Amino acid sequence: MDDLRDRYLGLIAEAGDEAGIEDLRVRALGKKGEISGLMKTLGGMTPEERQEKGPKLNALKDEIASALAARKASLADAALEKRLEAEWLDVTLPARPTRTGTIHPISQVTEEIVAIFADMGFSAAEGPQIESDWYNFDALNIPGHHPARAEMDTFYTHRATGDNRPPHVLRTHTSPVQIRSMEENGAPIRIICPGRVYRADYDQTHTPMFHQVEGLAIGTDITMANLKWVLEEFLSAFFGKPVKTRFRASHFPFTEPSAEVDIQCSWQDGTVKVGEGDDWLEVLGSGMVHPKVLRNAKIDPEKYQGFAFGLGIDRLAMLKYGIPDLRAFFESDLRWLKHYGFAALDVPTLRG
Amino acid sequence: MKFTLSWLKDHLDTTATVDEIAEALTDLGLEVEGIENPAAALKDFVLGRVVSAERHPDADKLQICRVDLPGGEDQIICGAPNARQGITVVVARPGTYVPGPDFTIGVGKIRGVESHGMMCSERELGLGDAHEGIIELPSGEVGQSFADWLAENDPSKVDPVIEIAITPNRGDALGIRGIARDLSARGIGKLKPLEVNAVQGGFDCPIGVEIAPDTRDGCPIFAGRLIRGVKNGPSPEWMQDRLRALGLRPISFLVDVTNYVTYDLNRPLHVFDADKVAGNLRVHRAKGGESFAALDEKSYTLDHGMIVISDDNGVESLAGIMGGMDTSVTEETTNVFVESALWNPVQIALTGRALRIHSDARQRFERGIDTDFVTTGLQIAVRMIVDHAGGEASKMAIAGATPDNSRAYRFDPKAVTKLVGMDIPVKEQRQTLDRLGFRLDDGMAHVPAWRSDIQGEADLVEEVARVASLSKLKGVPLPRPEGVAQPMLTPMQARLAKARRTTAALGYDECVTYSFIDAEAAALFGGGSDATRLENPISSEMSHMRPDLLPGLLRAAARNQARGTSDLALFEAGHVFFGGEPGEQRLAVAGLLTGRTGPKDVHGASRPVDLFDAKADAEAVLASMGAPAKVQILRGAEGWWHPGRHGRICLGPKKVLGVFGELHPKVLSALDVKGPAVAFVLFPEEVPLPRQNGNARPAFTPPTLQPVERDFAFVVDAQVEALTLVNAAAGADKALISDVRVFDQFQGGSLGEGRKSVAITVRLQPTDKTLTEKEIEAVGAKIVEKVAKATGGELRG
Repeated sequence: MDDLRDRYLGLIAEAGDEAGIEDLRVRALGKKGEISGLMKTLGGMTPEERQEKGPKLNALKDEIASALAARKASLADAALEKRLEAEWLDVTLPARPTRTGTIHPISQVTEEIVAIFADMGFSAAEGPQIESDWYNFDALNIPGHHPARAEMDTFYTHRATGDNRPPHVLRTHTSPVQIRSMEENGAPIRIICPGRVYRADYDQTHTPMFHQVEGLAIGTDITMANLKWVLEEFLSAFFGKPVKTRFRASHFPFTEPSAEVDIQCSWQDGTVKVGEGDDWLEVLGSGMVHPKVLRNAKIDPEKYQGFAFGLGIDRLAMLKYGIPDLRAFFESDLRWLKHYGFAALDVPTLRG
Repeated sequence: MKFTLSWLKDHLDTTATVDEIAEALTDLGLEVEGIENPAAALKDFVLGRVVSAERHPDADKLQICRVDLPGGEDQIICGAPNARQGITVVVARPGTYVPGPDFTIGVGKIRGVESHGMMCSERELGLGDAHEGIIELPSGEVGQSFADWLAENDPSKVDPVIEIAITPNRGDALGIRGIARDLSARGIGKLKPLEVNAVQGGFDCPIGVEIAPDTRDGCPIFAGRLIRGVKNGPSPEWMQDRLRALGLRPISFLVDVTNYVTYDLNRPLHVFDADKVAGNLRVHRAKGGESFAALDEKSYTLDHGMIVISDDNGVESLAGIMGGMDTSVTEETTNVFVESALWNPVQIALTGRALRIHSDARQRFERGIDTDFVTTGLQIAVRMIVDHAGGEASKMAIAGATPDNSRAYRFDPKAVTKLVGMDIPVKEQRQTLDRLGFRLDDGMAHVPAWRSDIQGEADLVEEVARVASLSKLKGVPLPRPEGVAQPMLTPMQARLAKARRTTAALGYDECVTYSFIDAEAAALFGGGSDATRLENPISSEMSHMRPDLLPGLLRAAARNQARGTSDLALFEAGHVFFGGEPGEQRLAVAGLLTGRTGPKDVHGASRPVDLFDAKADAEAVLASMGAPAKVQILRGAEGWWHPGRHGRICLGPKKVLGVFGELHPKVLSALDVKGPAVAFVLFPEEVPLPRQNGNARPAFTPPTLQPVERDFAFVVDAQVEALTLVNAAAGADKALISDVRVFDQFQGGSLGEGRKSVAITVRLQPTDKTLTEKEIEAVGAKIVEKVAKATGGELRG
């Protein structure tokens, strides 16, 4: 029996593949196998003989079976290893291509602005881009002959012959949205009005279309000091650092008193940095809403007062993200879009 | 508006520096746009004395001068004929920038002889036109700065010029006295009294004046005086210097006086050559069609209603805007009629705009000038003329009368605190208004006649606040709404933001293109009508409001393709315009794919884009906006789509959520876009808003039994749409069939011409018991039957 054992263990160790193992299994443990044959002789043995040979034979059978299994597993491991070796790939090859899109800086910055004002309790209002001259001018205390009206470089829409109404205009600011919102919702009110505006001007720093966000807050005791706070809070949140403002007296027909607002900045090698230095940069116009404008929007100026301001979204985008040329915003040069655009899921939030 | 420091000091007693004045002006609302300080440009030039001058050995016209300078004698080569021993000269030493010829002096060799600087002419210093020789000064010490010498001896040459922007309300600051008054209110000096010393009239004015009855509203008062025997000619040097500093060209004394008074006191005047005036002067409205030769040497045709001044020969002046050629004053004029009048601002603005004339007079009249100053201004001008040019002045001819514009508003010292949020002592508030010319009386502030812009109590607050300085304003928190901030976006705003981010996530680059496009591109997309045309476009490329987002994207694609980028995925989200009335706009989101899905790649993934790319993206973006998954795909969209390769995504035949497909080849070639090009256009406002059912989702009840899938292949006519087949199969047993998918299609071959095979997988989801093979077969038979009925198709053998 020991011979048998040694012979089979030797053969198993020498087996080179799975077929060889199977062949040995059949020869040893198959129905007509050698060991199976010996097992069968147990039946013809005396109980004593059986007592003695039985366990030995069983042990032999188990030993051979587990040797077969072990050899089989190690052969399988070797085969797998060989296969995996052959499956080597050049992982430095480029990945399967996917397209990556971008969000335009105008959209991104608009959302940034909206997020900040949402926190201060302002809603976003929108309105028509083609406007009547009432909403764009008269309601805002800019009568027909007013020099401010001539200075606006307004686009007018065509009127058919026989149509004697004054032409409509492409809104020169988003202020008409303020009037419409006040008419619709009355006071108190807090809104911002982002959107496209139009002026007939084209040079390095002007495009015939640009984007504005105006703000309006009307209540019973809202003051210009509140305006200054709101603007400083907004600008600091927007630029991500404390930004000081300077109010300068100015004039807009729709506010009284009116102020131009400068923000603190520094100039280095022709680039401007906001929130540092000793220079001032004019960025927005503002003031306390003119009583006539409130009256035009059906709000009682004896009871309510408040502020309005307007600033350029494109301009803020240029300042914050260091974009030099306004005209490029609207040229859709893919290289520019990829360079200045934002990732799709880079949604502005205040929580960071 | 420009003015010089010395001119300002005619009206303002102050010791403030230019910088202090400039800072105050900007803060007061008279924004300084620039300061020219000639002294700054001259600070490096020093005085020297020529010790000797000898002929250059190699050049006839050059001299070698030894010049006494601080730090010793130096040698300078000079070509000026007047360079000679003993004269005091202005020297630019090496390193000094010379503004006239625009270069910096270095040590040079001229014909072999070294030169250590340059002796300058007036022109080289930008001080005048003289260049025949170098400057010879009558006084001055060697080493003295030339700027200092000028300040002492010829101050007008180094008079700082300040330029300010005038907001439309501040017509009064178009006169230097008005600027001085603002500064005095701020405490920068004291306003000097205005001296008026009228010339006695020796005779009645031979030219009578009259205002037509229908023109009184446009001209309340018209006055004039004739001066006999004046001697016109160039103005005195100081006046010429001042006018030049403001950018005005001196013409002749009589004309210069009118300009001087215009800028000095904001009182525009006009002078007629009295000998060219036939009869009297009459203010009236033009009939229309008259031709008028103006002083700018242009001829204008007048409209009905414009106000003019005529004599017996016809129109001689466009009132308040520009005088006429025929009666203009020349150097030879000896008898002059000086006019001072008041014109209606609105009329001036309308006439000026209609004729496109910009003049100093128009600018001032349309903003409103001092209504009480008509005759005083005239007296000041006549005094200036008689004092310098002699002559004898007539009595004043006058028509109409000074209008009564007096008005007063309640002055409430608490209003500043209430509106602005600044505490200003009552005494200071009163002082401000007083210094600005308001008269305070019994709680009322009476408005000075030169402030036509003051129209209410809020204006008083503004005056007080701006003089006190808004820069002192301190921010005060605006109380926030209580609790957590409410959602602030409208559902449509939120929807558009989602659509935008989803499209970008699908790989599209967002564009922002102009809302106006060219007529040709607009017409290709159903626009370009007169209703959406701009009356005054900035160019023909931007003449019509866009009817669709695609033309802008296609033009952008063409530009990028011209730069060599052909694989593009561009999108835009914004408004398009279907009419010219307010509100005739709708929201759209459009995506455009051109070229291939990506660059050539090692995996062979790159392929030309096709309409199913556009369809997949359209569906994803619609889903992000909350559109239902079950939609109809109909044909029959507008002509800019490929007629057989597009689909309208609809909820019913009239509710179009969007369109996807290939663009028509003609549209592509018209816009120079290389195909393939596929696109989608979606209309966010058409997507139904979700029902307000709270946030809870329906309960999750996954089926307990395994689903079974069976495949079927049908042979149908090639024009049969897959969706029809899918819907028919799904309808075979709505309870049991949970999904039907197309997984294969092929055409032609053994099927024969005009036939195709469509293969579908049907998923059966049993709910209460496992299906037997027999039951499955029964459903299969029903599916075959339904499909056959709906499409005429049969099961492929």
